[in-house]
Amino acid sequence: MKVTIDEHTIEVEPGTTVLQAARMIGGDCVPPTMCYYSKLEDCGGKCRCCLVEISKGSERDPRPMPKLQPSCVTAVQDGMEVKSATSPRALEARQAVTEFLLINHPLDCPVCDQAGECDLQNLAYGNKNFKTRYIEQKRTYEPEDIGPYIQLHMNRCVLCYRCVKLADQLTPERVHGVIGRGDHAQISTYISKAIDNNFSGNMIDVCPVGALTDKTFRFESRVWFNKPFNAHRDCPHCSGKVTLWMFGDHVQRVTARKDEYHEVEEFICNECRFDHKKAEDWVIEGPRKFEKDSVLNVNNYTRQLKKVKIDTDDLVLEGRKQDQKKISMSEFPFDQAEMEAIKKANEE
Amino acid sequence: MARKILLENIHIPGIKEYEVYRKNGGYSGVEKALKTMTPDQIVEEVKTSGIRGRGGAGFPMGLKWSFIDKKSGKPRHLVVNADESEPGTFKDRFLMEHIPHLLIEGAIISSFALEAHLSYIYIRGEYMWVFKILEKAIKEAYANGWLGKNILGTGYDLDLYVHCGAGAYICGEETALIESLEGKRGNPRIKPPFPAVSGLWAEPTVVNNVESISAVSWIVNNGGAEYASIGVGKSTGTKLISASGHIKNPGVYEIELGLTVDEFMNSDEYLGGMIDDRPLKAFIPGGSSVPILPAQYIFKTANGEDRLMTYESLADGGFTTGSSLGSGGFIVYNDSACVVRNTWNFSRFYHHESCGQCSPCREGTGWMEKILHRIETGYGREEDIELLWSIQGKIEGNTICPLGDAAAWPVAAAIRHFREEFEYHVRFPEKVKNIKHFVDEPMEKVRHLLTKTVQQ
Repeated sequence: MKVTIDEHTIEVEPGTTVLQAARMIGGDCVPPTMCYYSKLEDCGGKCRCCLVEISKGSERDPRPMPKLQPSCVTAVQDGMEVKSATSPRALEARQAVTEFLLINHPLDCPVCDQAGECDLQNLAYGNKNFKTRYIEQKRTYEPEDIGPYIQLHMNRCVLCYRCVKLADQLTPERVHGVIGRGDHAQISTYISKAIDNNFSGNMIDVCPVGALTDKTFRFESRVWFNKPFNAHRDCPHCSGKVTLWMFGDHVQRVTARKDEYHEVEEFICNECRFDHKKAEDWVIEGPRKFEKDSVLNVNNYTRQLKKVKIDTDDLVLEGRKQDQKKISMSEFPFDQAEMEAIKKANEE
Repeated sequence: MARKILLENIHIPGIKEYEVYRKNGGYSGVEKALKTMTPDQIVEEVKTSGIRGRGGAGFPMGLKWSFIDKKSGKPRHLVVNADESEPGTFKDRFLMEHIPHLLIEGAIISSFALEAHLSYIYIRGEYMWVFKILEKAIKEAYANGWLGKNILGTGYDLDLYVHCGAGAYICGEETALIESLEGKRGNPRIKPPFPAVSGLWAEPTVVNNVESISAVSWIVNNGGAEYASIGVGKSTGTKLISASGHIKNPGVYEIELGLTVDEFMNSDEYLGGMIDDRPLKAFIPGGSSVPILPAQYIFKTANGEDRLMTYESLADGGFTTGSSLGSGGFIVYNDSACVVRNTWNFSRFYHHESCGQCSPCREGTGWMEKILHRIETGYGREEDIELLWSIQGKIEGNTICPLGDAAAWPVAAAIRHFREEFEYHVRFPEKVKNIKHFVDEPMEKVRHLLTKTVQQ
């Protein structure tokens, strides 16, 4: 099937969503996402960040769709034409969604462990020149202890449902969910300290904001002061492929490896995540790469740098090649020292 | 006297009971349908009748039925939507409370037409006493062989259950209703797939309003063409209107579509005019989610034609000067009513009822409510009016289900038609802090204050 997104045409399999097609193309046309997670089934359509304008429905029915469509759950039709970053309507709607997500989101980024790797931060930053129009009090929740490893900050939650879908699909029994409705809906275990499944730690990784964070890493370090390394260990429960967040020789945090859309490549177990915080437990493969514009790159030596040598002075002394020929007083040959200098210059 | 279809026998004492209902021609539709008609014939009759869904959206019912996936061979279901929660609408309650067997009869015929063997009535949690009435009626229908195995010896089996929700407006949205019926959280699903393909337990399902289903037995008995002869254009048949507000005779009325709004409002047969001598200020024709209309657009459309009680005429003029028939919740306001307060009240409802699944509706409804509350209580700012306008525009059309639109439209219409009232609230906070501000001093009396401030 052929689909055109922002003038780029691409051939995709039937059943591909517009978002997946956009990601295949890459670049500016990829809509932002808060709730969609490609590794989880039936996850998406809720945050409305990925709205796109469909200017041509399909080859068979070329009418444009009147409403903006969520690209993460809209399947590609043959001949579809989509406007993503080129549609002012879609951009305005995304901006509006960002504003909606932020009105009740606490601006406690300075003390939030997610800061630096937060999708909402990136989304808000992409908005440019944001001024709040919200003067009311923000909505808050009572703190709740959901388990020994995971810190729940309900105030920061954007209700993307990713953690709920993850618990449904990755663990045998889900013990947390959304209770209440509207803007007072909340993630809760209802019975406190209930989350103890061995794969529950992945909830932290899928959370796009700082609502679910790692208790063992809490206030240990800002993420950009850590050096991320790919590492693995022989784990009986999971693939054991992780990213270690190191400070000197200390492993401060262990997470799964995330791709450029901050989606986990392979889920890891709680044992790897929380119980192996020594460098000798791991086989370190090398530095982890991140996308260029991520704050995580600030302290990240992922590229091999050559030592820069400034040799202007030497070059000035040697002079240019054409100057090495005697053009005046050609009957008098170079003396020994001059010959050696020329020879040396030619060798280099 | 206009023709009555649903409320034809409502005056008969004891029509609630099975025996009385049966004696007065009840269940004859089931007999006719099961014994003499094929499912496809019934669908054709319903198509011919031109009846449109009475829940609010007005989608042609026969067309909806014809979409149901019969090829896959999966079991099919009919779900009757009795989650009537729109503020201002109370027609289904009246119908179920007073003539419950009409709904059950309609549900049997409709299930037969859809070849469904397991059907449900989903009723809202607040209608507990109606739930009990329906349970009793279903029991009576089982006892008399209208439900169960081998109905009337035709070999057709049908089980009908009534299921009580927990009290959520959002569960009136068909996919949220299905989720709730499955025992899950009532969040609307993302469409496609539509329920006609993958509904209840991922099986083809048709969800219809109580009033639509109740009309089916009459259509089967009298023919679709007869039904289509009532009404105007594409608005055929009769419609229940639940009228409330500042009128003499509030209540549920069955009207023939095509009646003028003027006649409905002012004739003694129906609403009997305004409650007292205070003038009419505004009305809402179809429940809280449709746009409110100011006095000049009530009886006449913008082109000067008579406004009729039809889907088309009420929507004439689009959202600029028109509204929608919606679910038939007819609310009338005189000049003592405050449009800002009314809009705030509606916004509060949508804020409370938003499911919280998608961001614009979850956050936007709460935001609008807070702003409207501030304006109404005398703490509004001049820029709040523009802000409200901007927020509603950003919710509308960007949500998963129509609740976002339903929350945005009343706010948009109130600002569009009654902007001066918002300005009055913002500029004269001390006056609106008196809760009876328009009762004491209607807009007519204070309008000159606004023009003065503009001149300064």
